[in-house]
Amino acid sequence: MTWEAVIGLETHVELSTASKMFCGCPARFDAEPNTNICPVCLGLPGALPVPNREAINRIMQIGLALNCSVTRRPVFHRKNYFYADLPKNYQISQFDLPVCVGGYVEVGGDHPGRVRIERVHQEEDTGKSTHRGGDGRISAAEYSLLDFNRSGVPLVEIVTRPDIRSAAQARAYAQELRLLVEALGVSDARLEEGSIRFDANVSVRPGPEAPLGTKVEIKNMNSFRSLERAVSYEIERQTARLSSGQRIVMETRHWDEEAGVTRGGRIKEGSSDYRYFPDPDLVPMELDREWEEGMAALLPELPSVRRMRYEEMGIDAAQAANLVGAEAGLARLFEGAVEAGAGAAQAANWATGEVVASLRKAGIPSVGGSSLTGSSLAELLGMIRQGSLSGSAAREVLAGVIAGEGSPAEVAAGRDLLQISDTGLLESVVDELIAANPDEFARLKDGERKLVGFFVGQVMRNTRGKADPKLAGSLITERAGL
Amino acid sequence: MTFTTIAGAARALRSGSITSVGLAEQVLARTSMVEAQVHAYLTLDTDGLLEAAAGADEELAAGRDRGPLHGIPIAVKDNMTTREMETTAGSRILSGYIPPYDATAIRRLRDAGALITGKTNLDEFAMGSSTENSAFGPTRNPWNTDRVPGGSSGGSAAAVAAGMALGGLGSDTGGSIRQPASLCGVVGAKPTYGAVSRYGLIAFASSLDQIGPIAHRVEDAALLLDAISGHDPLDSTSYPGGIEPSGARLDGGLDGVRVGVARRLGGADAVEPDVESAFDRTLAAMEGAGAVTLEVDLPFTEQGLSAYYLIAPAECSANLARFDGVRYGLRVDGATTEQMMSRSRADGFGSEVTRRVLLGTFALSAGYHEAFYGQAQKVRTLIREDFARAYRECDVLVSPTSATTAFPLGDRTEDPLSMYVSDVFTIPSNLAGHPAISVPVGLDRHDLPIGFQVMAPALEEAVMFQVAAALESLAGFDTTVPFDPSYGLRGGVR
Repeated sequence: MTWEAVIGLETHVELSTASKMFCGCPARFDAEPNTNICPVCLGLPGALPVPNREAINRIMQIGLALNCSVTRRPVFHRKNYFYADLPKNYQISQFDLPVCVGGYVEVGGDHPGRVRIERVHQEEDTGKSTHRGGDGRISAAEYSLLDFNRSGVPLVEIVTRPDIRSAAQARAYAQELRLLVEALGVSDARLEEGSIRFDANVSVRPGPEAPLGTKVEIKNMNSFRSLERAVSYEIERQTARLSSGQRIVMETRHWDEEAGVTRGGRIKEGSSDYRYFPDPDLVPMELDREWEEGMAALLPELPSVRRMRYEEMGIDAAQAANLVGAEAGLARLFEGAVEAGAGAAQAANWATGEVVASLRKAGIPSVGGSSLTGSSLAELLGMIRQGSLSGSAAREVLAGVIAGEGSPAEVAAGRDLLQISDTGLLESVVDELIAANPDEFARLKDGERKLVGFFVGQVMRNTRGKADPKLAGSLITERAGL
Repeated sequence: MTFTTIAGAARALRSGSITSVGLAEQVLARTSMVEAQVHAYLTLDTDGLLEAAAGADEELAAGRDRGPLHGIPIAVKDNMTTREMETTAGSRILSGYIPPYDATAIRRLRDAGALITGKTNLDEFAMGSSTENSAFGPTRNPWNTDRVPGGSSGGSAAAVAAGMALGGLGSDTGGSIRQPASLCGVVGAKPTYGAVSRYGLIAFASSLDQIGPIAHRVEDAALLLDAISGHDPLDSTSYPGGIEPSGARLDGGLDGVRVGVARRLGGADAVEPDVESAFDRTLAAMEGAGAVTLEVDLPFTEQGLSAYYLIAPAECSANLARFDGVRYGLRVDGATTEQMMSRSRADGFGSEVTRRVLLGTFALSAGYHEAFYGQAQKVRTLIREDFARAYRECDVLVSPTSATTAFPLGDRTEDPLSMYVSDVFTIPSNLAGHPAISVPVGLDRHDLPIGFQVMAPALEEAVMFQVAAALESLAGFDTTVPFDPSYGLRGGVR
């Protein structure tokens, strides 16, 4: 039997607004514990929430970028549950009237196609618990520490329909979503720091026509790779169980990165009842057409559109995806180089290849942190094209530019890397070599063509690599009368 | 000379016949005389009051006049946060809790120059109609200490009635300002929902709660309300526009005013005969002064009590979830966090609070949500429509404030439902979000005060106060009877 996996993803995106969702505290939680707090985000008696308009702007931008429609009068609900790091013991979230509904994302990968977005809603983050003593888990802890700096930081939750069919597609969707959020500039969008978090709902069924199977929610994936591995593991686990006649239990399972398995947690007794009701402290917002249009006008070029534009410039699809998927500075570098006259294909190759390698070697985390610009890359590529730099010399010049030694011309001159393309100069070098190696030259004249390589090598050695090897080769064959 | 009205004291302060320190000493003297029997205060800030009074005198002497509340001692209900002054909401779970900030209404009072005498007693988290649900003992009615002062703002009403402050602030979720004002023979007003910021008011039912004034005179209540009302960016539900000052038309009289008589408001029955006849006498006097009366029916308000006892508990079940022993207030240790929370709440909450939290939790549960909470919200809409219809024909609506006068302590504590019906006349205004005021108009056969309620459409406080001021002068009720040393405090405790 062929089993089909059915996967839906829930993504939490932490917005990088200056202040929290419902109070004026800084939305930074890397500060000393419990320093960015106030009566509101601490849930003190009498405190009231006031929505952050910028967070609403940003969730609208996310929704519009995901092709969603904007709800005219979205409503905040209270989601009730008791937890020590949830100060009010309810989370302000959304229920039946989220800010955005009904969009989609086009995803590549092994199942290219559309992943539909069910809803995009706004909520607030919780505080952070640290359990001390025992094995670090709450059950064995001697005591727990609470930090409320994160409490009230705006979170956007993006929920897909169960449209994903493989672990690779889940990863492709997640990567596309992160790119999109990054392009919008609404979040730091860093997985490892938890500013974007993915949960997956996974079930399998005996073929596309069969009813949906029992779903399992998996959590705790901190990278795209672990997302893909966790989903893949879960599909296999469920398939194996069902194939051997066992049943799937509806539960939440945690991905154990080290062991490479998902582990079942406590099975909930009955389904949880969050007793949602509209938060009476918050009046329904009026997101009118004008507001929506203002946000739509702010949308930057989205990754899918940019990929298409790059392909139209003559770059192959994989290279275009590389450029769009890389850090934003790299694409800017590429575009700057093309604007300054570089060929698109060569600029793309260099940007995604040599530039990335050189930066890594120099220990510089991003293009923006180096002195390399689009026009200097174009200048470098122009020197290669004109024959004044060899490939290896060009790499060295690039390293010099990145190290801040000056423009490519300055670095090449300073490091004495300019190629000898002067025919007269090379002729004298070639003639000296012919005189010094009469036997080899005789064999060359007799037709032993591989000796061209020998002579070119000698020329390169004598010029310390600065000779134009093509020119040297043609001079030698010319002398040999071939 | 004893000052009982804010307006009178304000004039005397400026003519130099009294100082703010003198006023403070007057209320402290009254307090030391009667507080042992009344127990209106949970916290009396004697030192702070005298210090602030001295400061107010200095300011006034230096020509800095903050307006009519400058130097006036005001008592505030203990469910409004006061910076560096204990705030308990009448609950054991907040015993000893010192807030780091002032509620907006408190801040505005202070900015207006008012002096905070202390924090007054209340039913725990404002849940009750007699102030007997306080974790710190009941308050007694200054007119008769065998009787309750009403509730939940019983402490503020009793403090004002007994001269332990010139005015007070209460909060009104289903009648918690108007009913105690009625039972204590003073004026109490619930403003339009959103007129006064709720920031710093410890929430009971967020969609119904409003802070409002308690005073001896309608004029004083208007002065207090105008000092604390106005948009607050810290409260999303606060009304963003300007409102006509409450006291703008106090001399407007009753000529031509269309008064809708809502005798059966809230499905009220069993109105005490003395209350009924005081109500009718007042109506006749109003007609004599030119008011046009007509009987109106608001049929859906009959469901008001039921809707209220779903909506208020539902909201309170979430509002009170934060009291868990984790960050502040009472903590009772347990083997797990869950057990600690559960024990802290069990020990910290009284039985009425527990009952309402449980009711609300149930009403919001999956499968019951629509039948209870959803249905109650629909009733609320129907009640608003009832009012809208009535206001097409009337400028204000009137009714008794309470079907009964002050009842004996312990009379209704065993039967929650008998306590709940104390609020039939007052709940509809909360559900509609409209303003309403109680004005004392007479005494019953036991010499207990009777209140008369005037209701107005949203944001029409000025009209409401106009009618209230007119009927106040028609009734000629003497609110200062409990001040008379020869009268003393009646009842068993004396």
